[in-house]
Amino acid sequence: MPRHKLIASESDVSIEVDEGKDNEFSLYYVEVEESSKKGKEKQTTRDGRRRRDKNGDVSRRRASERRTTEGGNKRAEKKHERRQKTARKEGEKHGKRQRRKNADEEEAEEESNKEKKNIKNERTKTLKLEDEKEKDVKKKRKKRVKNEEDDGSSGKTKQKDCHAMPMKEKEKKKKRKKPETTSESECKSESESESDSDSESKDNQAVGVLGSLTPEELEKLKEAVEERKKLIATLKGKPWPMKKKLVILRESQEFVEKYEGALGKGKGRKLYAYKVMMMKKWMKFQRDIENFKTACIPWEMKIKEIESHFGSSVASYFIFLRWMYGINMILFGLTFGLVMVPEALMGKPYGSLPRKTVPREEEASAMNFAVLWDFGGYARYSVLFYGYYNNQRAIGWLKFRMPLSYFLVGVGIVAYSYMVVIRTMARNANEEGGGDDTSFNFSWKTFTSWDYLIGNPETADNKFASITTSFKEAIVEEQESRKDDNIHLTRFLRVLANFLVLCCLAGSGYLIYFVVRRSQKFALAGLENYGWWERNEVNMVMSLLGMFCPMLFDVISTLENYHPRIALQWQLGRIFALFLGNLYTFIIALMDAIQLKRVEEDIVKKNMTIWQANLYNGTVPDNSTAPPVTVHPADVPRGPCWETMVGQEFVRLIISDTMTTYITLLIGDFLRAVLVRFLNNCWCWDLEYGFPSYSEFDVSGNVLGLIFNQGMIWMGAFYAPCLPALNLLRLHVSMYLQCWAVMCCNVPQERVFKASGSNNFYMAMLLVILFLSTLPAIYTIVSIPPSFDCGPFSGKNRMFDVIQETLETDFPPWFGKVFSYASNPGLVLPFLLLLVLAIYYLQSTSKTYKRVNMELKKKLQTQNEENKKKNKLAALKAANELEQAKKAGEQRSNSASDLGVNEESSNIDEAGEHRQAGQNGHFIHSSQTQHTQNSEPSVSSNHTTTRPPPSRGHTSSGHLPGHPQPQKNSHSNRR
Amino acid sequence: MGGTSSKLPKDLLSEYQELTFLTKQEILLAHKIFSELQGRENGPYGSRVSMEKVLTLPELKSNPFRKRICHVFSTSDMKDGSLSFEDFLDLLSAFSDSATLEIKSHYAFRIFDFDDDGTLDGRDLEKLVNCLTGETDDTRLTAEEMRQLISNILEESDIDKDGTVNLSEFQHVISRSPDFVSSFKIVL
Repeated sequence: MPRHKLIASESDVSIEVDEGKDNEFSLYYVEVEESSKKGKEKQTTRDGRRRRDKNGDVSRRRASERRTTEGGNKRAEKKHERRQKTARKEGEKHGKRQRRKNADEEEAEEESNKEKKNIKNERTKTLKLEDEKEKDVKKKRKKRVKNEEDDGSSGKTKQKDCHAMPMKEKEKKKKRKKPETTSESECKSESESESDSDSESKDNQAVGVLGSLTPEELEKLKEAVEERKKLIATLKGKPWPMKKKLVILRESQEFVEKYEGALGKGKGRKLYAYKVMMMKKWMKFQRDIENFKTACIPWEMKIKEIESHFGSSVASYFIFLRWMYGINMILFGLTFGLVMVPEALMGKPYGSLPRKTVPREEEASAMNFAVLWDFGGYARYSVLFYGYYNNQRAIGWLKFRMPLSYFLVGVGIVAYSYMVVIRTMARNANEEGGGDDTSFNFSWKTFTSWDYLIGNPETADNKFASITTSFKEAIVEEQESRKDDNIHLTRFLRVLANFLVLCCLAGSGYLIYFVVRRSQKFALAGLENYGWWERNEVNMVMSLLGMFCPMLFDVISTLENYHPRIALQWQLGRIFALFLGNLYTFIIALMDAIQLKRVEEDIVKKNMTIWQANLYNGTVPDNSTAPPVTVHPADVPRGPCWETMVGQEFVRLIISDTMTTYITLLIGDFLRAVLVRFLNNCWCWDLEYGFPSYSEFDVSGNVLGLIFNQGMIWMGAFYAPCLPALNLLRLHVSMYLQCWAVMCCNVPQERVFKASGSNNFYMAMLLVILFLSTLPAIYTIVSIPPSFDCGPFSGKNRMFDVIQETLETDFPPWFGKVFSYASNPGLVLPFLLLLVLAIYYLQSTSKTYKRVNMELKKKLQTQNEENKKKNKLAALKAANELEQAKKAGEQRSNSASDLGVNEESSNIDEAGEHRQAGQNGHFIHSSQTQHTQNSEPSVSSNHTTTRPPPSRGHTSSGHLPGHPQPQKNSHSNRR
Repeated sequence: MGGTSSKLPKDLLSEYQELTFLTKQEILLAHKIFSELQGRENGPYGSRVSMEKVLTLPELKSNPFRKRICHVFSTSDMKDGSLSFEDFLDLLSAFSDSATLEIKSHYAFRIFDFDDDGTLDGRDLEKLVNCLTGETDDTRLTAEEMRQLISNILEESDIDKDGTVNLSEFQHVISRSPDFVSSFKIVL
């Protein structure tokens, strides 16, 4: 509240001044000086005014002195003086606010505008001059000594009132000299810049300093001001109570304002304030962006909830799922935006071409649900599949290069996936690279695991639970790492387990092979004669194997008794092998099917020419001027279009896989949980804790399912552009379904463990799968000629000919030439060689860096130990000194001096110990830089050496560092 | 917002902004909430709000360290954990988004230092762990686990091996932690 009053009173004063009477000026001087003399002048302006009356004579005398000395220039000086004073005063008033980095800078600016207006009213000419001067000052803020001279010179050059400017300077000096003698003020400035806690002397100094200071002192003062500024800036970072901070803030602000005001850099503040404001706005903007970003991450709360219930390993699956979702989003955007939508909007409509029409014989059943569910019928002849696309080079008014776009999107999907996976792997590796920091595992868990943002009691309960689990898992891990029991038995068991797993793998491989062969037989005989099971046998067997084999592996892995994380990795590896075997059997079967289709296609091609000849012969008598024969596109015979067949197979596989996953989830988890929950009341044993119990969430199986699913997407996306969309849908549904299932039917794992280490493991598997799934796709694209009557590449010898074609037709000829030169093996081979060399070079440098890193770490450790030793030595020395001092004290009869020494030494002792502790921490803390490291011990050694050296007689041999303490105490007690 | 701003003098407000990591809006909101806690409008600044009342804030209600937080930030002579408005601002500032690691770790240390003796010894750590694992028995660690845990903690962070963790050791540990700054936050 008093602040309000103070502002009011200040404005009173300025109004007073504005009235502009000569007497008032002198009074004003007095008041300013008076008030600035007092440390708390703000609160006591009223008092100040009273005092002004009291001290009126003195001030008037001063004023009259001034008048006499300055004679004719009096009037001009007065104006300047007054201006300066008001400016300073006002500057103080609102500059305080400005520098407080507050949000009402606008107000401050308004005020400064007001101030300007006032001044303008008084004297516009001088204002201009002042403005220029102040600009100058702003520029040369750093060199204040020169500043004043510059002011004068600039004033001269402006040649308005060229007389007044130097006079003004003089005036300023004189005025400041007056209240104190030069020596006094200097003295004070000295003490001020060092201790500067006394606010009373500040003002005297403020007035006195400028007039009388030598450059060095000014420099010093500047430093002090800078220091204060720094203090103000860092004050909020100090862990002091608000009261203390407030006091210090006020003091140092006054100090800074005094001097800055006195040094006359009023306008600089505005710029500064503006800068600060912009800075703040920018920071705020960034913070908002950051907040927005985090708010945009989907399913964060769901995952947090799961994390708090089930630990980080289960959550890691969901995080992985979310990451996958993000990638599929991009893939979907590519295929949907650049392939499907353009074809649907700009391509020829359905029914215009044979490839875009359901053939006559299928028309009857094309809308049946069973057919559609199998992605036959209308679904097959749509943008969802490769065969629908036309080979027209450019479509629509945009002249969209459809075949080229199709090809590039296919390549882009793979390229993007590689990029993302590798980048993520590299980032994870980086995070793990700072591996030595894991040495604070327990401490971090204890000190930093509570999330202070939690405001919901339920969440807090979850957090308690998750923290407890994390403690437990850490302890278990620690114990696991220490424990070693019968090695031979575990070895035998592990070998046995691996043998069993290999048997399982071989069995499943054979089963799939058998089924695929059987299905080929069925296919040759015509699928129509067989039922649902025969048609879907391969998919079902694969899904079932994928479902049950992991369970089997899980059982087997209990034999091995690995640490949970390692067990997880083994499990993952095994399931990976299983899935991979399945997938490749499937692909081989598919390749066979492709060969069959191509044979069929050749036959159709031959028939086609016959059919065409018949058509023409039958309908048109005259061959030469044949009017276009109008045959309904549905009646045109067509090839089997193996690409669409491949796409369909993948889509079916994805669908059946998804269905199996969901059904397993519902039956295996939900139904089991329901049964266990409700039958438990009327059952002969405890179901909940006994045999079936509730299921645990199977992280490894789910992760692998996800990875293989993605592999299939990568493989099939070229032939069925709808695959990423389907996958997106699947991932979205499974996110919700699995979140729900995990929360309602699963129990937390008994052996919870952290999954952070396995993230890169997932990624590595994903990379392998990506590679393995692009292989067949690339093989088919490169080596098998596309179908003659369907797809964007029909009529071409190979699919990638589209690039060649584009180069020839859409680019200037020189470009094609350059390209052909560049693709010449003579250039490509050296380039590849160069790449290999670069990889080799980078690899070897990274190795070197690693080694250097290790050496540095070692060095740090040794230095740390040395430092510790040194500190111990210092403590010992201090103890010796203490001993010595005690002895000396006993010898001496003068007890008073003895006491002093003793106390001092005990202080030193304590300080030494404190330093030791503090230094250790600080030392390691700043251990990144060699420099600080080297400097730190030297400080301690300095301290130790500055003390009087202990006499040789009392070496440290018999004294422990902690030992002298009780002795000293008893000694002083005695005294 | 406008209504509440009149209660807090502008000068004081700007000084608070200078001295805390809070923005103007946050300070005004804090003031509003604080005066609601006080239960009367326009209370004098010196007046304190008892710890019980402060702990009814939803932000603190489920925090296991709520009492410690009040005690650490309280400047009351009675050691009753009551907060004045300035203490309250200090609290919010230390827990704010933009506060530095240094100040956060300092206050974290003081919060964890249950007996206020300047170091974290075994008993402090035990209390700390008990706070973290909740009050219920099923989440609590067994004595054996607790012993193991504390010895592990001390093994890691007690660099000078004096059996306690002091401030610099604590800050050293904390400064390496990836998620301390992001989790040591209270937002009104």
